[in-house]
Amino acid sequence: MSDSYPASEVEIAARAKALESLLVEKGFIGTDAIDKAAGAYESDIGPMVGARVVARAWSDPGFKEQLLEDASAACAQLDVGGMQGEHMVAVENSEQVHNVVVCTLCSCYPWPVLGLPPNWYKYPQYRSRTVMEPRKVLKEEFGLDVDESVDIRVWDSSAEIRYLVLPERPEGTEGMSEEELASLVTRDSMIGVGKPRTPEG
Amino acid sequence: MNGVHDLGGMQGLGGVDVEGNEPVFHNPWEKAIFGTMLATMGQGMYNLDEFRHGIEVMSPAHYLTSSYYEHWLETIEKNLIEKGIIDRDELDARTQEFLKDPAAPVPQREDPDLAESLSQLVRSGASTRREVSAKPQFEVGDRVRTRNVHPRGHTRLPQYVRDKQGVVERAYDAFVLPDANAHGDGENPQYVYSVRFDAEEVWGDSAEPREVIYVDLWESYLEPL
Repeated sequence: MSDSYPASEVEIAARAKALESLLVEKGFIGTDAIDKAAGAYESDIGPMVGARVVARAWSDPGFKEQLLEDASAACAQLDVGGMQGEHMVAVENSEQVHNVVVCTLCSCYPWPVLGLPPNWYKYPQYRSRTVMEPRKVLKEEFGLDVDESVDIRVWDSSAEIRYLVLPERPEGTEGMSEEELASLVTRDSMIGVGKPRTPEG
Repeated sequence: MNGVHDLGGMQGLGGVDVEGNEPVFHNPWEKAIFGTMLATMGQGMYNLDEFRHGIEVMSPAHYLTSSYYEHWLETIEKNLIEKGIIDRDELDARTQEFLKDPAAPVPQREDPDLAESLSQLVRSGASTRREVSAKPQFEVGDRVRTRNVHPRGHTRLPQYVRDKQGVVERAYDAFVLPDANAHGDGENPQYVYSVRFDAEEVWGDSAEPREVIYVDLWESYLEPL
């Protein structure tokens, strides 16, 4: 623990190494275990997983119904689930409703479908403002202009439920394969601070 | 506690800083801290609520000026020291050694059993949902008021929705109560509800039009209306 703050990056790096070294020497942890578990979030677990889930929901009405009913169970069918997504709920955007997710108390985020959150999601600016002025934040910070006729629903993930936004399927995507559809689904569209890409880009 | 972490509605913090093509980890120590959290919490050395509370008790100025993974490092160190797993003096001494020789490697140790159990944890999670015999006090559609409480310890009832009227939108299962579990007082599981608040109820004249807020709240945070 530091007496002065914020700690320099050099100091944090040294403290992190010291902590890891002591735990290794005491036989509590293995460096291979840490590298492998953390590395999973650099390779296998990220927004491409959520994009696959959304693309399936766009393509398969039965799956979409299941996703909105019990997102964890629906995701499990695609072998998707795990830590910080034990209890997931999907909320659907429409012409009348726009959903956006925040965690005002810390940084809760559905890891199995979106991976680890970006810094802006974890820092005080987004967390403080999104519950009070979501329309302004979406427009000014993310360039997303939500029409004034559209309701905004803000989900503050303050317990152990994790929320995933099911964005609207873009127009002009009829006949696209699930794989092609998944390539249109962005991380931001599943948090609710953006829209999916369109086929034109 | 009414801490600086409880940010909903705080003003004057500035614009959202979006980093294009942001990497998952910005440097090796972010990854090391993340992995150390998985390995230590994953082995039950402390629980998620103790982890969160350890961040909340940082000095407010420190909290607002430091990086996310510095928060994590603070709470991992604090929890492991409090549990007697590492010693403050040995940690400080070892830190000094790495400051003198930043390129010195961390000793390597293979632990295939831990590697397998952490992979399993990542894939399966660690649910805090619990079976309880009591019936839920509220059901979907019930009108409720959040309690006007200011606990000194850990809570997941944000300040901006205290003493407000709302409606139960979804009724979830029972989950470990953070207020108890963060302080060694057991799991005390309670039902959780997604409660819908009109923005006007929360923000008055400052509310944006056509906004509603959903907050997930444990049963003891609520009273019937």
